[in-house]
Amino acid sequence: MAEVQGPVHVEAEVVATKRIGGYRHLTLTAPGVPERFRAGNFVAVTVEGHVARRALWVHRVRASSSFGPTLDVVVESRGAGTAWLAAQPVGTRLALTGPLGRPFALPKDAVSCLLVGEGYAAAPLFPLAERLRERGCGVSLVVSAPDEARLLAALEARRSARSVTVITADGSVGQRGTVADHVDDLLRRSDADVVYAAGPTAVLRAAAGAAERAGAWSQVAVEVPTPCGTGLCHGCPLPVVGEDGVDRVVRACADGPVVRGDRVRWGAV
Amino acid sequence: MSAFDLGPVMVAAGCGGTGRELAAYCGPDGLDGLDLVTRSITLDARAGGPGPRIEEVPGGLVNAVGLPNPGLEHFLATELPWLVRAGARVIVSIAGATMGEYADLARRLSRAPGVAGLEVNVGAPDEVGVGLFEVREPYHSASVIAAVRREFPVDRPVLAKLRPDVSRIVEGARSCHEAGATAVVVGNAVPAAFTDGRSGGLSGPAVAPVALRCVTEVHRALPELPVIGCGGVHDVRSANAYLDAGATSVQVGTALLHDPTTVARLRAHFATPRHVSTQEDR
Ligand SMILES: Cc1cc2nc3c(=O)[nH]c(=O)nc-3n(C[C@H](O)[C@H](O)[C@H](O)COP(=O)(O)OP(=O)(O)OC[C@H]3O[C@@H](n4cnc5c(N)ncnc54)[C@H](O)[C@@H]3O)c2cc1C
Ligand SMILES: Cc1cc2nc3c(=O)[nH]c(=O)nc-3n(C[C@H](O)[C@H](O)[C@H](O)COP(=O)(O)O)c2cc1C
Ligand code: FES
Repeated sequence: MAEVQGPVHVEAEVVATKRIGGYRHLTLTAPGVPERFRAGNFVAVTVEGHVARRALWVHRVRASSSFGPTLDVVVESRGAGTAWLAAQPVGTRLALTGPLGRPFALPKDAVSCLLVGEGYAAAPLFPLAERLRERGCGVSLVVSAPDEARLLAALEARRSARSVTVITADGSVGQRGTVADHVDDLLRRSDADVVYAAGPTAVLRAAAGAAERAGAWSQVAVEVPTPCGTGLCHGCPLPVVGEDGVDRVVRACADGPVVRGDRVRWGAV
Repeated sequence: MSAFDLGPVMVAAGCGGTGRELAAYCGPDGLDGLDLVTRSITLDARAGGPGPRIEEVPGGLVNAVGLPNPGLEHFLATELPWLVRAGARVIVSIAGATMGEYADLARRLSRAPGVAGLEVNVGAPDEVGVGLFEVREPYHSASVIAAVRREFPVDRPVLAKLRPDVSRIVEGARSCHEAGATAVVVGNAVPAAFTDGRSGGLSGPAVAPVALRCVTEVHRALPELPVIGCGGVHDVRSANAYLDAGATSVQVGTALLHDPTTVARLRAHFATPRHVSTQEDR
């Protein structure tokens, strides 16, 4: 039997759509994709009338439902593509490729982990938290957003996380400020050995910096515009320092999107 | 191998990753038997340009990727052997800053096992910006082709990849042919600009009519010269347009970025002897 690995290119179907705060949550069937998914993978979808693909984090997979295996994505409507996606009703079919990219690496031992995410990009941390809990890791989750509407609901994560901290820029809920303001303190309190971060560059950089200062490992999920998402075009440059200490530019979609935080040349991103 | 032995559907330079990423979308046989043109390889490694490297426009993409590649040595040590093992027929695209570099690349590639042929990138949309040998006149490209041809075994093809500039294309194709090119690839990204003014190249369905016009003129003027059509091929119809205009093969680039299964689907379609376009073909 063929191994279940590597991405597939399939026709996905929207089977549920729900507005939650400022985001649109879509549940999709995509044959073969949920089965292959690992936390930190993303999918690339085709938007009608557009050549470039749109990348989306996978927020959750269900092994079974009345529709069979499904995956959930969280869409923030900003430009043409995300606006189109957010407006699609149940029944829409779209070409989807995934799972793509390197997932989060999981610790071998049951260590404690700090997970930091901002906006829709916090999505991949939820399946990660579940996997970590299954391995006996203590999970401290930090979810941040500009405001309450763009805070990815952390309620359900309380099952997998030992603590959940909320930060909003405007202070509408949780602590006021940015991840950078709070991350050193949160890391100290969680006593984590590993920091996982997902969000805009400022968040990733702050988390990677805090980890380095505390002597912890970090894994960051970067978002660089990904015209194809599949590693074919070399259009998603991510400047890193290689294992050998040599500066390189790698493909964020294929060599990432998850990379070690201490390997990213943040000044060049 | 003559150019006529090339399959009807090839992967265009720079749009198939390192080949490995594409294999997942090519069905159970993977890259076996696939005519794959590599991204342009240079003597020394190149990091490529800064982001954003690609901008989406209606009907296509503007790119200024900047020829990122690991350099010849690394390519020979890692990427090429993998492609050969996977069964791909590897056409290595080469790019150089001087004629000497082109000759060097050709000589060293001639000794590497598994190189089925070379494609010489003499029509990049922004050659000056990326530091390539500047091709303004047909004799510039012809001298590059002659230098490459001298170093590469005659029984393997050297393809000259030309810019789809209708005012110069016939002359350009003729001089490359006379200089020893086995075939010409008509169509590269068309010189264009990003909205912020940076130079780049336009590719995708938007450029197909431009390249088609060039293919038509070259085939009419030089019917004995094999022509490979490249630009905007994304389905059977767009491929047939080139074949009907006299092209022996087509190359698929941007369409793979939109749908990585495009080449596998087109190969399956054209596996049966040359198709005549019908209404059902989309
Ligand atoms: C790995 C990854 C995961 C992502 N996950 C999500 C997600 O879960 N939910 C979500 O809402 N968005 C996500 N994004 C961002 C989303 O793909 C982009 O915001 C989106 O492509 C912008 O498209 P648009 O058509 O709405 O905007 P436009 O401004 O119309 O986009 C124009 C072009 O720019 C590119 N582009 C612009 N900004 C970005 C950006 N920040 N990232 C990538 N490409 C960009 C687009 O792909 C497109 O080619 C993710 C991006 C990446 C790279
Ligand atoms: C992202 C990207 C990278 C490319 N890289 C190369 C390259 O390295 N060498 C080359 O000769 N052409 C390169 N091209 C040009 C394509 O091979 C092709 O000639 C052109 O894009 C037109 O065909 P298309 O419309 O099918 O893409 C590149 C095009 C794109 C979009
Ligand atoms: S987006 Fe095309 S290679 Fe990464």
